[in-house]
Amino acid sequence: MSQDSIHGHPEVVTTHEVHHDEHHGHHKETFITKYVFSQDHKMIAKQFLITGMVWAVLGGLMSVLFRLQLGYPNETFPWLEDILGRWAKGGRISVENYYSLVTMHGTVLVFFVLTGGLSGTFANFLIPLQIGARDMASPFLNMLSYWFFFGGSIVILASFFVQTGPFSGGWTFYPPLSALGDASPGSKIGADLWIIGMALFVVSSLLGGLNYISTILNMRTKGMSMSRVPLTVWALLFTAVLGVLSFPVLLSGLILLLFDRHAGTSFYLSDIFIAGKALPNEGGSAILFQHLFWFLGHPEVYIIILPAMGLVSEIMAVNCRKPIFGYMAMVGSMFAIAILAFLVWAHHMFVTGLNPFLGSVFVLLTLLIAVPSAIKVFNWLTTMWRGNIRFTPAMMFAVGFVSLFISGGLTGIFLGNSTLDIQLHDTYFVIAHFHIVMGVSAFFGMFAGVYHWFPKMYGRYMNNTLAYIHFWVTLVGAYLIFWPMHYEGLAAMPRRYMDYSAWSSFNQFEGLNQFISTVAIIVFAVQLLFLFNFFYSIFKGRRVTSQNPYGATTLEWTTPIRPGHGNWPGEIPEVHRWAYDYGKDDRSFIPQTEPIGAHESKH
Amino acid sequence: MTTTGFFLLAILALGFLITFQIAKASEYVSILKGEKKAFEQNNRINAFLMVVFLVLGLIGVWWCNKLLYKKTLLPYPSASELGTNIDTMMWITLAITGAVFFATQILLFWFAYKYQHSDKRKAFYYPHNNKLEIIWTTIPAIALCVLVGFGLFYWFKITGEAPKDAMVVEVTGKQFQWIYRYPGKDNTFGKKYFRLISPGSNDLGMLWNDTVLVKETKGGGHGDHGHAPVDNKTVIKADPAGYDDIIQSSALYVVKGEPVKLVINAQDVIHDVGLPHFRLKMDAVPGTPTTLWFTPTYTTEEMKKITGNPNFEYEIACDQMCGNGHYTMRGVVKVVTRDEFILWRAQQKPAYAAYAEARGIAPANAAPADTTQATAASAAAPVKLANN
Repeated sequence: MSQDSIHGHPEVVTTHEVHHDEHHGHHKETFITKYVFSQDHKMIAKQFLITGMVWAVLGGLMSVLFRLQLGYPNETFPWLEDILGRWAKGGRISVENYYSLVTMHGTVLVFFVLTGGLSGTFANFLIPLQIGARDMASPFLNMLSYWFFFGGSIVILASFFVQTGPFSGGWTFYPPLSALGDASPGSKIGADLWIIGMALFVVSSLLGGLNYISTILNMRTKGMSMSRVPLTVWALLFTAVLGVLSFPVLLSGLILLLFDRHAGTSFYLSDIFIAGKALPNEGGSAILFQHLFWFLGHPEVYIIILPAMGLVSEIMAVNCRKPIFGYMAMVGSMFAIAILAFLVWAHHMFVTGLNPFLGSVFVLLTLLIAVPSAIKVFNWLTTMWRGNIRFTPAMMFAVGFVSLFISGGLTGIFLGNSTLDIQLHDTYFVIAHFHIVMGVSAFFGMFAGVYHWFPKMYGRYMNNTLAYIHFWVTLVGAYLIFWPMHYEGLAAMPRRYMDYSAWSSFNQFEGLNQFISTVAIIVFAVQLLFLFNFFYSIFKGRRVTSQNPYGATTLEWTTPIRPGHGNWPGEIPEVHRWAYDYGKDDRSFIPQTEPIGAHESKH
Repeated sequence: MTTTGFFLLAILALGFLITFQIAKASEYVSILKGEKKAFEQNNRINAFLMVVFLVLGLIGVWWCNKLLYKKTLLPYPSASELGTNIDTMMWITLAITGAVFFATQILLFWFAYKYQHSDKRKAFYYPHNNKLEIIWTTIPAIALCVLVGFGLFYWFKITGEAPKDAMVVEVTGKQFQWIYRYPGKDNTFGKKYFRLISPGSNDLGMLWNDTVLVKETKGGGHGDHGHAPVDNKTVIKADPAGYDDIIQSSALYVVKGEPVKLVINAQDVIHDVGLPHFRLKMDAVPGTPTTLWFTPTYTTEEMKKITGNPNFEYEIACDQMCGNGHYTMRGVVKVVTRDEFILWRAQQKPAYAAYAEARGIAPANAAPADTTQATAASAAAPVKLANN
């Protein structure tokens, strides 16, 4: 492992612990160009990450607030009124705000944290570093991508401050509820802001996605064929393709909805009598929106989970000191997932009155997607088999990811089967399923990524003890929160109810709801510990002293400890082999930059 | 903020501080001990915790099941014939996924423990094995085919056409209540039209009167002066079939052992007729009627005995987010015997009777007085009659 001193000017472009503008180095960068309108992919990645963290805290806090209501429906919390004002008159969250919190929790976490925060961070950070490029294909568009994301965030945030409140009809935004201001207070100006915020988000996602795709396809260094790139890059490529193909469909669906709201069209509206009058709209189909929404919505869950899969695959190989098992199978299964992602959307719509034959096609395609998922799980297990595992915090989260992905993936087999979906649709079983498989497990992938690449981002380590506490509490907490929810689902307890006490079929879970809420609050508090660890370590963490602290093969560890804009001070290294030569020929690892030796064994 | 609040916050802050100090201290200790030694120690502890987590987790799974199983619908029989299929499917799926769950989780955490870092061992260079990969592609594929096969077999049974002799009941959802309509003695539903809805007196928009609809044409023809003036009045004839329809909101009465077909509508936003005990569910979509049929197998009274709950009621839960009152949108299904149903039905007055009475029309009068109701309709909207 080499030392700092070997490299040209690692200290010249010191970035992060120095927050004063007087430290300019020789790039003539100002505070604005370096930290605000930066065109360096690494800085943009950090912007995405930190914005995502802010959103994650807000989104998590929302869930804490509505879990308080669910866990303690008969109690009042006067301090809630102190901090939330009219949102919680008398210490109880009002019904419209309960639904706003539920809706915004979903929107924020799905789009702004697990899409923007996850693939925004790691696509930006890892693609150029791992394929050997100095930056993205278009650093300028990349910068715009972040600022559109930021703009979208501001608009969504602003909707909390309008008189009628943010949108409150569920993150899936189904019309007519979302189309008619008379249907719900949140469907007034809040719904317009939601659409505008999402439109900006889509623009951001497209600018980013096109950039990621063109960078991966065109800017790989010499020797870096597609069969040699790390699985992270493959995962991020498929993610970007999914986003580019599906987000425009959401946008067009939302534009039609905007017309229905304000221009008197009837794309989604027909035969409606609301607030004492019949509406003029006729001939629209409310279900059409669901088709358009889920044509994005389903690929969206893979947009969330694929980057996590990529990060986990890479981290597993590095820390098991073994090649990832079945590289081509991993790529193939991600490809299969990406294709199938577009062919399964109507499994969200089995009980909308969908033609049963059409439903059956979607059952078949949906359960097919379990095959590539199973391949990936078996490959991860085999990667660990006979490895020599180092339990860095990143590796812990990678193991946790696999565990959660199995648990949540298997319940998908229940829900994808239309027969069972009739009973389980829109119950807590669904909540348990998707929170485990794409909520918590994607978070685990993200945590793994943050812990693993933090030294590359900031040239320092995060505190391990805090990381282990963070891991164990989160893993145990996640199971304690979501595992019992399957049972609530098996009692057909519906989602999105503010209070179950009036229902004789669903009021038997009072104690359980209290328990879940308590655990949720604890888990949330521990995430603050992670954030503290993150920000503290940026400034005060233990310094990284070796260029390749993990003994990893990939290119990001050939850059200086704190790479400047351009990543490599000299020539971009040439690549001679795939990214997974760990434990080969009795060597701990062989970097991708090392030419194939004369007597090297083949794999 | 209350003192308790401050107190809790203070405890939380203190907790953070202590955790942080311990974490800092352990970092210093690890530097003193030497990084390698600290790493090995951490590795051993965490590998051990992986197995502890596995064992405690498996116990937790068992315990959770013990506590919660009887609170679900699983221990009780389905209240509909088709629901029994769903229960069978549930058990098949549980068996297959359960086996995979335990096998993979045990392997995962066991491998994590067993293959923890050791200086004495080297990782085994094992990049791929085509045979293995083919095996674990085909086995899941076969298992899933089995699940798809069973699933679709039941799915087509459940979603198939209702038997010809099924009783038809119309269910209409609106924010936030359910309205049930039974055809009267003529066994035919009267026509209705959403523009004729008048809350309180004509909740479903029944065609009880001859009604003249006036279309509102936008003032000033834009360049179409050449055309003859359009007739902007449409007369909708009253539908006598609707005079004996029973419309009520108290409960959905169905007969044990006889198939019932629900025709489901919504007036404002999407709702969903969720029938937990019958294992069924169907959206109510404005503008697009949907259907659902089932055969109840236990009366409400019988279900009280089965569940051991003297207050048991079959509930209709709205299962699609429909606005702020979503969680209050509760309906009740009364499953009764044939005789009880006939008695109940005989007691019901046609909804038209009350309507006519309020307007001083003799209910027997087949051709009600001509009231003209001007309803605003957009110029473009063609007048459409809903049959059900």
